[in-house]
Amino acid sequence: MTALHDLSVAQLAQDLRAKKMSAVEVAEHFLARCQADTLGSFLSMDPQVTLDQARLAQAQLAQGTAGPLAGVPMAHKDIFVTADFPTTAGSKMLAGYRSPFDATVVQKLGVSSGGAGMVNLGKLNCDEFAMGSSNENSAYHPVQNPWDSTRVPGGSSGGSAAAVAARLLPAATGTDTGGSIRQPASFCGITGIKPTYGRASRYGMVAYASSLDQAGPMARTAQDCALLLSAMCGPDLERDSTSLDVPAEDFSRELTGSLDGLRIGMPQEFFAQGLAPGVRAAVNAALKEYEKLGARLVPISLPRTELSIPVYYIIAPAEASSNLSRFDGVKFGHRAKDYTDLVSMYKKTRAQGFGEEVKRRIMTGAYVLSHGYYDAYYLQAQKIRRMIADDFQQAFKVCDVIAGPVAPTVAWKLGEKTDDPVANYLADIFTLPASLAGLPGMSLPAGLGEAGMPVGLQLIGNYFKEAQLLNAAHRLQQATDFHLAQPGGQ
Amino acid sequence: MTSLLVQGYEVVIGFETHAQLSTQSKIFSRAPTAFGAEPNTQACAVDLALPGTLPVMNKGAVERAIEFGLAVGAHVAEQSIFARKNYFYPDLPKGYQISQFEIPVVQGGGVSFFLGNEKKTVRLVRAHLEEDAGKSLHEDFIGQSGIDLNRAGTPLLEIVTEPDMRSSQEAVAYAKELHKIVTWIGICDGNMQEGSFRCDANVSVRKPGAPLGTRREIKNLNSFKFMQQAMDYEVRWQIEQIEDGHKIQQATVLFDPDTGETRAMRSKEDAADYRYFPDPDLPPLVIGRDWVARVQAQMTELPRVMAARFVADYGLPEYDASTLTQSKAMAAYFEAAAKACGQAKWVSNWVMGEVSRRLNAGNLELDALPVSSAQLAAMISRIADGSISNNAAKQVFDALWNGEASGEGAVDQIIQAKGLKQMNDTSALEAIIDQVLADNAENVAQFRAGKEKAFNALVGQAMKASKGLANPAQVNEMLKKKLG
Amino acid sequence: MGLNKLLKKACSEHTIITDHSLKIGAFTLIFEALAPELTCYFMSLTTQDIERIANLARLELPPEEGQRMLAQINDFFGIVQAMRAVDTTGIEPLAHPVATLQGLALRLREDLASEPNQREANQRSAPAVERGLFLVPKVIE
Repeated sequence: MTALHDLSVAQLAQDLRAKKMSAVEVAEHFLARCQADTLGSFLSMDPQVTLDQARLAQAQLAQGTAGPLAGVPMAHKDIFVTADFPTTAGSKMLAGYRSPFDATVVQKLGVSSGGAGMVNLGKLNCDEFAMGSSNENSAYHPVQNPWDSTRVPGGSSGGSAAAVAARLLPAATGTDTGGSIRQPASFCGITGIKPTYGRASRYGMVAYASSLDQAGPMARTAQDCALLLSAMCGPDLERDSTSLDVPAEDFSRELTGSLDGLRIGMPQEFFAQGLAPGVRAAVNAALKEYEKLGARLVPISLPRTELSIPVYYIIAPAEASSNLSRFDGVKFGHRAKDYTDLVSMYKKTRAQGFGEEVKRRIMTGAYVLSHGYYDAYYLQAQKIRRMIADDFQQAFKVCDVIAGPVAPTVAWKLGEKTDDPVANYLADIFTLPASLAGLPGMSLPAGLGEAGMPVGLQLIGNYFKEAQLLNAAHRLQQATDFHLAQPGGQ
Repeated sequence: MTSLLVQGYEVVIGFETHAQLSTQSKIFSRAPTAFGAEPNTQACAVDLALPGTLPVMNKGAVERAIEFGLAVGAHVAEQSIFARKNYFYPDLPKGYQISQFEIPVVQGGGVSFFLGNEKKTVRLVRAHLEEDAGKSLHEDFIGQSGIDLNRAGTPLLEIVTEPDMRSSQEAVAYAKELHKIVTWIGICDGNMQEGSFRCDANVSVRKPGAPLGTRREIKNLNSFKFMQQAMDYEVRWQIEQIEDGHKIQQATVLFDPDTGETRAMRSKEDAADYRYFPDPDLPPLVIGRDWVARVQAQMTELPRVMAARFVADYGLPEYDASTLTQSKAMAAYFEAAAKACGQAKWVSNWVMGEVSRRLNAGNLELDALPVSSAQLAAMISRIADGSISNNAAKQVFDALWNGEASGEGAVDQIIQAKGLKQMNDTSALEAIIDQVLADNAENVAQFRAGKEKAFNALVGQAMKASKGLANPAQVNEMLKKKLG
Repeated sequence: MGLNKLLKKACSEHTIITDHSLKIGAFTLIFEALAPELTCYFMSLTTQDIERIANLARLELPPEEGQRMLAQINDFFGIVQAMRAVDTTGIEPLAHPVATLQGLALRLREDLASEPNQREANQRSAPAVERGLFLVPKVIE
């Protein structure tokens, strides 16, 4: 008898539809597991709300009005605003904040009318305002990697990755601006995908970098990701002006397609020095598996890969510095207690409400936009961004998907990089390029590397090619068992 | 041309006007824009900048921008960009204003008007779309201010001129003409008390031929009277400063109507570094030429065009045409009357003269006019056909205004009732004139002796004898004939 | 000691050279003629920059935190130099990632006021509200 938490989203959905168990039973099972969590994955839970949702899903299943994932439990990264749970974005600035509305993605996945019917178990820990690669920037507490509690789970969707890897949940939402779905998925040995920019609505996502932020699912298999992604994506023309008017898709439609003749580009810049040997070995092994499945490896070049670091860390902080100006203690959120006048109220409120990394990025962002520096930094970065996007298009002339590592190393130790922000930035080198170009990218388990820690394989597709990526990932997961590995001694 | 110099200095003025566009909903959200609602009842999540909210553009705001561009002969940009203007203020919920910076929706154009008898044209640099901020209320709170964000997000069109104006009078005339244009084409309700039309005046002075002086910006002028006062004060103040050896510092100033003075606002250090960048939440605004053509085709005839038509079709002087087209209502009133009686110039004189005088004195709108265009036309027809003299017409008009008769036949009724019908019977007139000549032999002698004034006296006597009903022109003619 | 060496020494000892200290006639010319990699040192932030930016961003930074941030941000700008050297003549900035695909144009919605009054829900998390107004320290103009 398989435990409920070992079932995939696909299986749970099927069993719930077949009435093998009730949505309430399922919710209670996962609530118990989540409440016993020692990793620090959650920032808020509310069993009453969860059970109410489960009862609603149950009723929908009985009446035949249920969505495709009705009753399946999940949780949202605390970047998505929810009316039924507080939203903090991992920050003291929003401690206790209650949004009057749900994010579009929350609506699309949830039990309200027209949603997929999933039951929300709470809000998941993340780096503050999605800024970070280790979840150590959360203003509340860090998250432990379920594979090794002395190591980071990755970030910024660290809580989501840890919860799924530890089987507290079969799936969770994350957001990816510079790699924040792919990298924690890699560090925790799960599967995650960031769709093409504009596929999933940003309405209700606490904004970090507007031209880069994208929502995406994290689960244990490509198939589960495909199911969630199909529900999450679709035009939100009424509320998000950057949402693409591209019809919603069933991303699982091509899952079992053949990989014969699939050209997999390997960027030489992704395999240069600096890659940990264990990571290199795991990625190469996974690519060998692809060759066995009929794919062909093609050497390619993404010459501006290294440039993506300064380009991203100019653009993202610039946009963030502006997006975070609304946190001023006037309409919502934290307000300082002692101040002398309006300006002092602003300065103290923001100094108290924001953590160090957030402040650093606000400062950097304000600087590169300020008078006299805009052309040399922000504008220059946006121009190189176009060149990076063009480099990908050149590459896609000779290959169908691009593959490589997600990160240069496996998950590092908690506290190891907290004093060196730039070291953190450098580790994003492989995920940043696809973010800048707006391309879809995913991470899937490719085995273990140093210290027995998971290594992720990154797949990058051309615009709108999520189905192709998921197919490639699924086929690997059918042929190998990397994704089945579990953290020991949980 | 009389010198406009003030104490030897040339005055240089440029205007920035914020016109609230008359849309139902806000520029980036679907909250209503109606004036006067309870605080924060018309500020939705987007307007409050709640986390996760995003802007969505209002088509009506864009359409009104296009209409404005066409009305002032400007170029409507095919692609324009929204940019964020970043600064902190409690009435600015996002901590930035969505505006347009490098590439505005309307580029160039001009506004022409009469200053006295002189035609002026003020060139526009640009007009762009942006969102309005909320309001701060200070009165009821001690040491605190209350912020109402109902106004936040109301669409604004910011209209910027070149520094073409050379006097405060010219600037006010420009402002009035601009006000007329935006209300005429219906994009703004022009209600200055409610803040629908707010002007900032950039004022500087210089010795003729010298480079431009440092300007100070007088903000939020929302009455034409205060505009004039404020600019005049500012000019005198700047000249005094310069004469005293002080340099003018760039500053933003407010006008205090109670004291009649301008004073600099509390300096906002670094206020000028707005860190503009293109708003990543809003793709470029694209306006196809076919949309512009559709708007053009549906646009109401513009005041300039109508004025030109009045000149061409009715033979009116430019000044008359410009004055008559000060509002759609007045232009319509004029045209209806002119068409009905065929005496365009006379109608124009009456409308610009007696009608306008009474409207201003009674603070009335044209739709409250007791004399209809048909009645005015009828009255003027009676002057034209010689039934009444101009003097008698004044009495007729007065009677019409006071409602002594109504309806189509009112004019004739009044003429009848007051016995104002001009005497046209030549024989009766001859008899009167013969009598006058007989009774005024001295005047006749004096006239024959060369005294012109004596003639007028005879005319006066004849008019008196006819109880004012004689046709003065006829009297003149007849007297001349009889006197040889 | 040659000028180059002097500068490198100064920079390696973390002496921050600013634009301001270089505006000394002939010196300016010499510095402009130096190898590009050296001009990068002159783009480092100063304490005054930190103060100015912190003010712009309305962040109160105690001196120790300000110094720490200065060092970290300058560290970051060290990796930005390669970016500045790239020749981007004729390249249009990419503000919207998918602009490369389709002519992305701003969507326009019909002018309809459909948002109901939700003041209570919207003000649920407000720090200070009275009679429907958000209260703030007095705004002085």
